[in-house]
Amino acid sequence: MTTAILVSILMTLIAASTPILLAALGELVTEKAGVLNLGVEGMMLCGAVAGFAVAFSTGSTMLGLLAAMVAGVATAMVFAVLTLSLTANQVATGLALTIFGIGASSLIGAGFVGRTITRLDPVLPAALSEHPLLRAIFGHDIVVYLSLALVLGVSLFLRRTRPGLILRAVGENDASAHAIGYPVIAIRYAAIAFGGALAGLGGAYFSLALTPMWAEGLTAGRGWIALALVVFAAWRPGRLLLGAYLFGSVMTLELQAKAAGITWLAPELLAMTPYLATIAVLTMMSLGRKTGRLNAPACLGKPFSAS
Amino acid sequence: MTQPPDQTVRPRLALSGISKSFPGVKANEDISLGVAPGEIHALLGENGAGKSTLVKIIYGVQQADAGTIAWDGAPVSIPSPKAARRLGIGMVFQHFSLFDAMTVIENIALGLDEACDTNELKGRVAAILESYSLPLDPEREVHTLSVGERQRIEIVRCLLQNPRLLIMDEPTSVLTPQEVDKLFGTLRQIASQGCAILYISHKLHEIKALCEAATILRAGRVVATCDPRVESTKRMAELMIGAELRQIEHGGSAGAGPVRLSVSALTLPGEPPFGTDLRAVAFEARAGEILGIAGVAGNGQSELLTALSGERPANTADAVTLDGKPVGRLDAGARRALGLCCVPEERNGHAAVPDFSLADNAVLTARHRLPLTPLGMISTGDVKRFADSVIKRFDVRTTGTAALARSLSGGNLQKFIMGREIGQTPGVLVVCQPTWGVDAGAAAAIRQELVDLAEKGSAVVVISQDLDELLELADRLCVINEGRLSAPRAVASLGIDEIGLMMGGVHGESEVAHA
Repeated sequence: MTTAILVSILMTLIAASTPILLAALGELVTEKAGVLNLGVEGMMLCGAVAGFAVAFSTGSTMLGLLAAMVAGVATAMVFAVLTLSLTANQVATGLALTIFGIGASSLIGAGFVGRTITRLDPVLPAALSEHPLLRAIFGHDIVVYLSLALVLGVSLFLRRTRPGLILRAVGENDASAHAIGYPVIAIRYAAIAFGGALAGLGGAYFSLALTPMWAEGLTAGRGWIALALVVFAAWRPGRLLLGAYLFGSVMTLELQAKAAGITWLAPELLAMTPYLATIAVLTMMSLGRKTGRLNAPACLGKPFSAS
Repeated sequence: MTQPPDQTVRPRLALSGISKSFPGVKANEDISLGVAPGEIHALLGENGAGKSTLVKIIYGVQQADAGTIAWDGAPVSIPSPKAARRLGIGMVFQHFSLFDAMTVIENIALGLDEACDTNELKGRVAAILESYSLPLDPEREVHTLSVGERQRIEIVRCLLQNPRLLIMDEPTSVLTPQEVDKLFGTLRQIASQGCAILYISHKLHEIKALCEAATILRAGRVVATCDPRVESTKRMAELMIGAELRQIEHGGSAGAGPVRLSVSALTLPGEPPFGTDLRAVAFEARAGEILGIAGVAGNGQSELLTALSGERPANTADAVTLDGKPVGRLDAGARRALGLCCVPEERNGHAAVPDFSLADNAVLTARHRLPLTPLGMISTGDVKRFADSVIKRFDVRTTGTAALARSLSGGNLQKFIMGREIGQTPGVLVVCQPTWGVDAGAAAAIRQELVDLAEKGSAVVVISQDLDELLELADRLCVINEGRLSAPRAVASLGIDEIGLMMGGVHGESEVAHA
């Protein structure tokens, strides 16, 4: 019996971690290319609503996931055009993108409030998950496995491949990369698009898997946690995975406290722990400035224009 | 059909009639030159003479408005640096295109046009390092390397592509004399294998030592071609600046006055991520003398300057004393008011606010010593008069006191900043790289002003990487290395080799350490 409870806690934890892991991984790649996109929350919401709308209309959650990624990329491209082609301030544009995403998703989603769809199913055959312990390994949906594969993929891409090296170079010293002859702006467009796709996918995980319905502001600030997570992970995909699952476990505290019948602690206190943890982590990171700064891409947030 | 017998070697690169204009300025006008295989050809000229534009055209960064480029006798167009590299043109920039947080080998891989297996690349790099006996560790991160080692990365990057023309843009501006010798040896070896080298510089004695031909540019035009081995240095300098060269005049005897600035046991941790710790720095600067502080970049110069200026307070109040008063814990404004003025190396963003006008920039530091802000209000008229006087006295080329600092060229802004501080007649003036990127005529004027200031009874401390400048200016010289300052020596008693050893000695630059 206890095994079943543990497994269910683990399943909730992984499910809760997956969207922030995806969004943070996308943001990590964007930031490695030297772009600070604070619009993660907005892109997630756009992905969430687009994913739900398409899944509801077509009945296919897979199409929904695809649509969410397209919507994420589209939102990210607004940011990219403004900051890269028109060299707008990245911080201001990112904040505006979040506000835009909140508004646009509410508008598009107004007709879908209260509708439900079928939840994203586990992807592997049920026969593999008969034993509860095996369920913790084989019982997840496709997005969970995809997110883990992406962590590995991004890690290898950045450390081992030539395009990864070039992307890091662009984030490290855009002027030098340009002088050598790399297309800085094009590479940053690609990195922002990748970040948008993963943020959109992460957003859709809320509306298609966690709570298969649409509600305004569904992502509840998880985009900001994803941003903090990138700093926490010191721009390393491996540490990002660890951090995302750590945050995921903090986030599920509330549910688990309820399940365990703890009533003496106000659920609101537990609900705010992830955000408190975010603040604590960011404070700790900025105290240990030496390590943080060494890993931060040197050109992060700086506009670049080829002359 | 026989070739004319005198045409022994076809030039590797021949430019004819190259012109390039930018809005408001003709950077290159009707420039022609030829470089033969195996030749080391100097391109000589002041800042703004059009050298950089010309090499950018050769390297495909910019396109000429008119004129033709011939490569091995055949006309070519070079639309991009990639195309230039395909032809066999390699370039080592003055400001290296390196990535500080990455390793040497990653930096080299980034400079290649096609993907290359890491292990194979390591082998090729090791072979080049050995055949040119260049000491360099491929696994180290770039920010841990000296400037000379960084330059070697750029050279290895070029050599990997088997270049047939190598362009070196002001390669020695930050090297120690030993590193310069080493570089010249490498360049001679590269040239002896048939590679043409285009060597850009304004340091005449180097060109005399290294180059077989020179093209001298002034204001975008070729004013002369000569053989630097036989032409006199003075003649080349005059061709370059188009006027008689001014000699610095030292007045009476210097260095006899009382101590004005005294630094003792100054210890300060470096600024992260790549700063250098200052370790028990001690020196004295007397009224009437110029004290030079030599050293390779990144050995604590900027930390020393911020500790003296007051941007970062010293460990104790007694660590820095000004005319006998302890000022170590005072901030920059208080120190200025007492007579200690500083000019940092970085002009835009440190010495001046790029988006402020020259007048506003003048107020920022001069208000402590000049009555520019009575009752806390800026006196616009006085500020304008002061800024105007600086512009006139230092021949700053600008549209007026309302021009933004950002709009001035580096050299012009430096003249304004130096003028702003000298115009306040400080008791002690500390300057870092006073003539960095300033053309020869203006550099001479700035140096003369520093000498004059010292003769009026101020103490002047010049922190510079330019040894020629220090030897010309300073009465006494010390060397900063890894945050430690050597004991000062009278310049008259020092040889250039000795200083070079002091600069490079403990820094791990010696060949033995890396072999």
